[in-house]
Amino acid sequence: MNSTPLLKVQKLSKTYGQRIGCKDVSFELWPGEVLAIVGESGSGKTTLLNCLSTRLDATSGTVEYHMRDGAYRDLARLSEAERRFLMRTDWGFVHQNPADGLRMTVSAGANVGERLMAVGHRHYGRIRDAATDWLSRVEIGADRIDDQPRAFSGGMRQRLQIARNLITGPRLVFMDEPTGGLDVSVQARLLDLIRGLVHDLGLSAIIVTHDLAVARLLSHRMMVMKDGHVIEQGLTDRVLDDPRQPYTQLLVSSILQV
Amino acid sequence: MSALATYNFAYLDEQTKRMIRRAILKAIAIPGYQVPFASREMPMPYGWGTGGVQLTAAILGPDDVLKVIDQGADDTTNAVSIRAFFQKVAAVAVTTRTAEATIIQTRHRIPEAELTANQVLVYQVPIPEPLRFLEPRETETRQMHALSEYGLMHVKLYEDIARNGHIATTYAYPVMVEGRYVMDPSPIPKFDNPKMHRSQALQLFGAGREKRIYAIPPHTQVVSLDFEDHPFTIQHFDRPCALCGAEGVYLDEVVLDDRGSRMFVCSDTDHCETRRAEGHVGPEGMPSGYGAKEAAE
Repeated sequence: MNSTPLLKVQKLSKTYGQRIGCKDVSFELWPGEVLAIVGESGSGKTTLLNCLSTRLDATSGTVEYHMRDGAYRDLARLSEAERRFLMRTDWGFVHQNPADGLRMTVSAGANVGERLMAVGHRHYGRIRDAATDWLSRVEIGADRIDDQPRAFSGGMRQRLQIARNLITGPRLVFMDEPTGGLDVSVQARLLDLIRGLVHDLGLSAIIVTHDLAVARLLSHRMMVMKDGHVIEQGLTDRVLDDPRQPYTQLLVSSILQV
Repeated sequence: MSALATYNFAYLDEQTKRMIRRAILKAIAIPGYQVPFASREMPMPYGWGTGGVQLTAAILGPDDVLKVIDQGADDTTNAVSIRAFFQKVAAVAVTTRTAEATIIQTRHRIPEAELTANQVLVYQVPIPEPLRFLEPRETETRQMHALSEYGLMHVKLYEDIARNGHIATTYAYPVMVEGRYVMDPSPIPKFDNPKMHRSQALQLFGAGREKRIYAIPPHTQVVSLDFEDHPFTIQHFDRPCALCGAEGVYLDEVVLDDRGSRMFVCSDTDHCETRRAEGHVGPEGMPSGYGAKEAAE
């Protein structure tokens, strides 16, 4: 594992007027590491994710990213062009609702190939080959390449969204409740797929979820949020098996046992 | 003073013309960039060429000779109405001959005859935004233009090839202007796209409802977008014009009866008439003056 962190977050805060979105969040993310952010609805998980991924401007604090050229850059100071380039090459963002992350009116192949075209690929045959390859890696048959995502099931859409994000070989992927709204067996397959991809590609990922099982399966480390504050963080197994904060203990004990 | 309502020369008041001319100057300075302007209500419905009419009104002078075409023809309703409008409000000379005109207002075609440096081509544009149908948010498309992020345009062409095996966009085919802005050339057939490249004439585009003006100055590079393995091609016709025998021109299909007979004739009526006057005869045409002699006898 590389010895320099990919992302350095210091005292990141976001307030909506008087209300707190997230407050004084600091952490470092290392290459190849998967970090889960858990907490109940309204605890500031998604606000934090959006601030990290520059989709929201933080009120205070800094997020520094280790660019491919080796320099650390403050994300808030990137130009719009640099920021957008980063988002479509070195980063991925998997939305909870696939319709937010996909173009629903163009075919699966075009959805997967869009990032390649955005970075200047101009050879139809090669774009299509790359799209076919990525569809197979997320277990979508090559015969579905010309179908629109609206003809896909929820689980397939989510896998298509992942392929679309990973085609440019990003180093960091943000996921907002990637398994939300899927039934349990489809969830299990998707988690398996994400775990395999993250491992094979050496991706770093920040996953927001309210589902502790997702955090257990995917993440190395986790942060527990409550009312905008990180109340506990540590290795996933440690936090889940030996929760120290009363709220975390409550959260862990709330998992339904079947 | 007449009791009747009077109009300023070329209908628009001078302040409006100044505003439009400023937009035109900016558009010429930034080839392919869509300049917003305060489009006025014109005495015709949107979709009839209100953008083109405002451009023409703003650049028209008393010495200009105006030609108006609609799909290449001088004698269609839209062309006739706009020509009559400027005869009435500006008393300018009008013509149907491409070579004689100084300003040509067009809907959906570029004349076959090569344009010269003293001519201005004014296009009527329904939708100026080439990215509109892929990205409906105007805030986002402006951002994409600003950052020259045009991958999405190729997504559309990819979709064409995936569905049809070739690029099936035949009109309003997107072009890259001077290596910077992707532009919608208005719904001209892609057959006409190469004519825009390094044209000697100034080309102005006006979208009245969308309130945008853009331009291609003379000698500007205009490249149609494509893929390396699916290069841009124009339409080819396997027969000449039925009336004048012209080849390598854009043809219209004309239905002759209800039993499936049809003929293909030049879409540019002036081009066809000029050739027939020069003595060219197509497979189904008659020599020039044939009908006139009949009528005289």
